[in-house]
Amino acid sequence: MSAIYIMIIASLFIAFSFLGAFVWSVKRGHYDDDYTPSVRILLDSEVEKVTQRATE
Amino acid sequence: MDTNDLIVEKVIQAKHTCYHCGEECTDDVIRFDERDFCCDGCSTVYDLLKENDLCGYYNIDGAQGISLDKSYFQGKYDYLDLPEIAEKILEFTDGRLSRVNWLVPKMHCSSCIWLLEQLHRLNPAIRSSVVNFPEKRVRITYDSQLIRLSEIAALITKAGYEPYISLNDVEGKHIKKWNRTRLYKIGIAGFAFGNIMMLSFPEYFNLGRASSDQNLRQMFGFLNFGLSLPVFFYCAADFFKSAFSALKGKFINIDAPIALALTCIFAISLYQIISQTGPGYFDSLSGAVFFMLIGRFFQDKTYAGISFERDYKSYFPVAVSVLNNGIEIRKPITELNPEDHIIVRNEELIPADSVLLSPRAMIDYSFVSGEAEPLERKKGDTIYAGGKQTGPAIELNILRKVSQSHLTQLWNNDAFTKEKEDQNQTLAIRINKYFSMIVLMIASVTFLIWLFILKNPETAFRAFTTSLLVACPCALLLSSTFTNGNLLALFGKHRFYPKNAYAIERLSHIDTVVFDKTGTITQSNDADVEFVGKELSDGELVIIKTIAMQSSHPLSRMIVKKLTGTTASRRILADYAETGGAGIRANWGKRVIKLGSAGWVGLSVQNEGIHNASRVYISFDSEIRGYFIIKSKYRADLAETITALQNTGFQTYLLSGDKPTDKAILEPIFGNESHLLFEQKPEEKLLFIKNLQVEQNRNVLMVGDGLNDAGALRQSNVGLAISDDINNFSPSCDAIVEGKQLGKLPAYINLAKSGQQIIKFSFAISLLYNLFGLSFAVAGKLSPVFAAILMPVSSITIVAFTSLASNMAARKLIKN
Repeated sequence: MSAIYIMIIASLFIAFSFLGAFVWSVKRGHYDDDYTPSVRILLDSEVEKVTQRATE
Repeated sequence: MDTNDLIVEKVIQAKHTCYHCGEECTDDVIRFDERDFCCDGCSTVYDLLKENDLCGYYNIDGAQGISLDKSYFQGKYDYLDLPEIAEKILEFTDGRLSRVNWLVPKMHCSSCIWLLEQLHRLNPAIRSSVVNFPEKRVRITYDSQLIRLSEIAALITKAGYEPYISLNDVEGKHIKKWNRTRLYKIGIAGFAFGNIMMLSFPEYFNLGRASSDQNLRQMFGFLNFGLSLPVFFYCAADFFKSAFSALKGKFINIDAPIALALTCIFAISLYQIISQTGPGYFDSLSGAVFFMLIGRFFQDKTYAGISFERDYKSYFPVAVSVLNNGIEIRKPITELNPEDHIIVRNEELIPADSVLLSPRAMIDYSFVSGEAEPLERKKGDTIYAGGKQTGPAIELNILRKVSQSHLTQLWNNDAFTKEKEDQNQTLAIRINKYFSMIVLMIASVTFLIWLFILKNPETAFRAFTTSLLVACPCALLLSSTFTNGNLLALFGKHRFYPKNAYAIERLSHIDTVVFDKTGTITQSNDADVEFVGKELSDGELVIIKTIAMQSSHPLSRMIVKKLTGTTASRRILADYAETGGAGIRANWGKRVIKLGSAGWVGLSVQNEGIHNASRVYISFDSEIRGYFIIKSKYRADLAETITALQNTGFQTYLLSGDKPTDKAILEPIFGNESHLLFEQKPEEKLLFIKNLQVEQNRNVLMVGDGLNDAGALRQSNVGLAISDDINNFSPSCDAIVEGKQLGKLPAYINLAKSGQQIIKFSFAISLLYNLFGLSFAVAGKLSPVFAAILMPVSSITIVAFTSLASNMAARKLIKN
């Protein structure tokens, strides 16, 4: 039965590290804006295309 | 005849669309770099982008640009360099790197995001710029030794994105932002909920009864207790705080029974763990908190970009030009003193009561009084704050400080100090009051019966807790928060933005609708213009347009707008002269053309008669050709909307600050002459609403737009601000609606009403669950696994029902 104790500790450890990751990401402003990054990621590639065309 | 040649050349030209903003070029076509532009503003922005190799802007969303604002002039932002202002506007500075977070209301598409994030290419001193699109903000980090704040403001203004800096920013009163704590709370509650459920699994299935497992059971119990501590003391803190403050104010709000239930569950669970009599109900506790937090989050995070709490400070400029010994400097308006000598340019707001020093001014008070036509003021006249100068720059001498000006006095009215949200009034609260009482009674009666009649204290405690737990008003809270949250989102989709759930509930009780006139039921910047008289030839229309374009008088602008099909000539006018209050006169070749009042063109005033619209007479070489009738244009579906409201039993009123010019048109629409009130001052509007509420016991919806309605909007049960640009200006109100959507007003009210019905219905559903659970709990037979399943299932049913029902109601009621 002692294996259970180790398992519980391990599972709580993992759970807490995920909670820590969540808190960290909120603190870093990860959830402040859930729209702009989705547009930004598309725009960057667009810019490269434009500059390529300009250099051609 | 050079005029005729000119016309032929112009008529052949096809339609042009502006390369920058994509609008049709109506006035004039500017050819620049082999492209068409509708105005100088657009070509200037294009020039700036081209120079910096930023034309990728046009490849993203096509021609979506914004023209350079006409009110911009060199030195407009100089005040930002004043240390005391910069200190309040800057988000961060270490003397070298500085950061500013500006609201840019004009951003509207992905091109805007792209351009605003490329600012470093416009000026290398800007290190980075990051856009938050939902909040319409851009955060700019720059090297403060290489570029001044005023230069950045000027730069982004020249790119078409004027930052919105209001007096509120400078006074340091920031609008309360949606904060991150709520996310932490949801995260922690969810984490605890999941882990406690996992640790409770043996209990659910009645495992681990062997004596060798007793240590394990105990450890699981303590772990659950430990995990629930942050849930109870941190995540649920808001419920306790709100319940406590309500109790202090001697009333019960929706959080009071929740706080009581949570405390009971926590205490009983703690007792069970310590006395080793049971596993406790920590899973249900953290689950309930988790679901309720999600419900509140859903309800709150609807629109970050819209502000409902605007007062005069949001409208006023931050700084004005002050003449100091002949030198023009920018000074913050809070520091304006009597006897200061200020310059106010075209379209600028006059910040404080002052005396006119220039010979003549045309002041547009539509913003303050609702009066559509600008008033003429002569040298020495007193001009009240809130007026807008139309025409050339004027000089003024300040009479009173900004805070003591006539306009700002309105904000001292009681209506602005009291809160509208009367917590006792909401539906959820009213139902909950009885509900909590009944649940408490059932639980206590059960407890007493088990304790004294059946003599079983163990089961007595268990039955008491489980009754409270199962009948916890959480499900009731969920039904109202999720319904209202969903309704807020649905209203938003249809361009109607209520401030919060309370506003929706008050909207459902409305029985009287009061409209403002100018800007609310009329369309600002648009008018019906009609020509009466001898028909004008194309050539003459060109002449009229060319002359009218020289004037900034609103009537001239309306005529220019009417003559959209005609392209103005670029000819320089000889002897152009504008006489205030009369009209304009110009020479066109040998012809003398006059535009203006009847007297101006030489018509005897007796002929003018009484009419309900402005007229602009035209004469060519003293031959009077006729006149333009300029009537304010009402919103297209006004009559149908009012009729629809009246047919469903609403009383309708019109409350206007304007002269009763359109009485004849409006009377048949509103049906009753006594329901039309004209020439109402802002204070009188407020009083009128108050009288309706107090003497006739009506629930009033006030629909208005400008500052002049601010008092009435505030006093009414629901203040609805009309705005043609949601992110622009609207006074303090409970809801904002787009001008074009006004016709849907009856539908919005009906949706709010069906929202209330949905809440009642979902109450009924959760009651059924509660009765079902209670019957087991009272009998003392509710097992933990049953409670653990019943609680989430009832929550999920409620959430699914409310969102389905409100979506269906919205689809049925609001048709596009």
